[in-house]
Amino acid sequence: MGISFSKEDDGYSKGFEEFRKDAPGNGMLWMESLREQGIRKFSELGFPTPENEDWRFTNVTPIARTTFTIEKNGHKQVAPEALSRFMFPKLKTIRLVFIDGTYSPALSDLSDIPEGVKVMSLDSALESDEGLVKKYLSKYADFSEEAFTALNTAFMQDGGFVHIPRGTMLKEPVHLLYVTGKSDKATITNPRNLLVVEDNCKAEVIEHYVSLDEGVYFSNVVTELIVGENSSVGHYMIECESMKAFNVSTLRVEQGRSSNIRSHSVLLGGAIVRNNVHPVLAGEGCDSLINGLFMSTGRQHMDNYMKVEHASPHCDSRQFYNGVLDGRSRGVFHGRIIVHKDAQKTDAKQTNRNLLLSDNAQIDTKPQLEIYADDVKCTHGATIGQMDENAVFYLRSRGINEDAAREILLGAFTSGTLESIQIEEIRTYCESLVAEWFARRKGGTESDNDPR
Amino acid sequence: MLEIRNLHVNVADQEILKGLNLKVNAGEVHSIMGPNGSGKSTLAQVLAGRASYEVTEGEIIFEGKDLLGLAPEERACEGIFMAFQYPVEIPGVANTYLLREALNSIRKYRGLEPLKHVEFAKLAKEKMGIMGMPDNLLKRSVNEGFSGGEKKKNEIFQMEILEPKLAILDETDSGLDIDALKVVADGVNALRNPERAFVVITHYQRLLDYIVPDFVHVLVDGRILKSGGKELAFELEDRGYGWVEEEAGKAVNN
Repeated sequence: MGISFSKEDDGYSKGFEEFRKDAPGNGMLWMESLREQGIRKFSELGFPTPENEDWRFTNVTPIARTTFTIEKNGHKQVAPEALSRFMFPKLKTIRLVFIDGTYSPALSDLSDIPEGVKVMSLDSALESDEGLVKKYLSKYADFSEEAFTALNTAFMQDGGFVHIPRGTMLKEPVHLLYVTGKSDKATITNPRNLLVVEDNCKAEVIEHYVSLDEGVYFSNVVTELIVGENSSVGHYMIECESMKAFNVSTLRVEQGRSSNIRSHSVLLGGAIVRNNVHPVLAGEGCDSLINGLFMSTGRQHMDNYMKVEHASPHCDSRQFYNGVLDGRSRGVFHGRIIVHKDAQKTDAKQTNRNLLLSDNAQIDTKPQLEIYADDVKCTHGATIGQMDENAVFYLRSRGINEDAAREILLGAFTSGTLESIQIEEIRTYCESLVAEWFARRKGGTESDNDPR
Repeated sequence: MLEIRNLHVNVADQEILKGLNLKVNAGEVHSIMGPNGSGKSTLAQVLAGRASYEVTEGEIIFEGKDLLGLAPEERACEGIFMAFQYPVEIPGVANTYLLREALNSIRKYRGLEPLKHVEFAKLAKEKMGIMGMPDNLLKRSVNEGFSGGEKKKNEIFQMEILEPKLAILDETDSGLDIDALKVVADGVNALRNPERAFVVITHYQRLLDYIVPDFVHVLVDGRILKSGGKELAFELEDRGYGWVEEEAGKAVNN
């Protein structure tokens, strides 16, 4: 069962007509209208091309020419043990699991939700809390120029809905686990997360994308995170898709006065990955930490698109992105900082460091500062380099063998961005993913097949 | 312990060492002096095993083994240590981590059990005391943000921990003030014993006031032109290197 469509012959619009019949929120006029606006905008924009400045370094033709299938109702049986490697050892979480885009109550764990806090699937939230959803959904993730966001808005299936009321310290992180199972077709999911954190709260949310099989599929994600005054939110994007998969994710954050967010992205899987991080520092005195580590090999393409918008005075933003590129992979770091007219005393800093492990790997790094205020401090810096052979020799001259020396230096480079993850169990888990990456590299089992 | 015979070395296709001979026995301290560009540092780098230095002729025997056939890490495990003229900064790798890894790979090579964390911590603390280094230097990234003096002290500190059979000090005294120089010299002197040898490469006689050598060799244009006792260092301080070259020139013409 499923709806299949491709770009040919206006397939997405036809697929949409089929999909909408029993899509979540069907029967709610505002939802139907939102979806219609989404598909109309997507049809108008089409898939972005390299002529579009924001997509200059990333060619999405392989996505555009794939015929995708939306899996309907019969979601696969997945044994809980199959998911154990995607759990954080020693960390209790509130967990929502989605299999091929559909919420799985059996695999989820909602046993420890404090009173007043809502954590559920978006589909359920549309039933039980329509007013709340309507108040926030699609109010921040603008799709007037973003084809993938428009596509998600039209086809949004299910996703995580989190609502944390005023003054709540959420002890356990929320873990949103998206699993793509085995399929003979290229599936598409459009996860849509809506995370609303009211004033004076503290919360952590993990988005985690994994697969049980090395297939071709497409995760087209949009997350809206609304952070109230004085609140502190940690957001983690852990992307471990199949090496043949496509992942386009957009995190749109709206920050209230004196709030702080810590956004951590760890990108490891996927043939074509585009990670958009777009915080708007809307209230005065906000803090944003936007960290990322991307590690690519084979023919992977990883595009990190940052758009940090300073809209109010006295806000600080810090971006630290490190890339490790091996094989024939390609990376992009596009760091936009926009300082609006009223955002005086802005302090924005951006650093992008890249380590090329192979002669055939490539990185394009592009800072872009747009400053409309006159009393601001903005700095940016990017470095691209190979491993420091002097340092390798130094370690070897102390008795450490060459492989171990290189691993130590790689570890030092990657741990720089992981160190700032405050939750130890999440940090340890990410470190173990990086260690696995090293081990695969050493074993030389990484396939160099062109998935496109 | 160490015997270098007719060593010729090219760096970027240019011959730097042109037939160097040197014999070092256990328990001895040899000082190698010479003008800039004479090949002093090249000798140190070749002994440590840097790949960009090409040995075109000659051999180096260390404790009966062909040193040139060994990788840098194997040389370290066999007991060679070089204190770098320019210690490398390694952001993200803690000093203590580097040292424990290094010590344990050397122990493993020698068939010894790795040192436990507490044992290592105790050893490190003891040696830090000798070098008068603050504790936080252990936790900091290797040489990152260290002052010139701290970097050189750190090299000697590493030597104290790794306890090599043969230590090569490549201009460890350059850029040190007199107090730091004394600390470095004390560190070296504390390690002097009948089983251990030192090759001290320096530009200045000053260091030799504190580390008194058994032999002084003058390296000019890729060859050792003159060898003598510690008094040779004083003569070089007074008269420079010109007379050594002239003397050697005459010897060749005769």
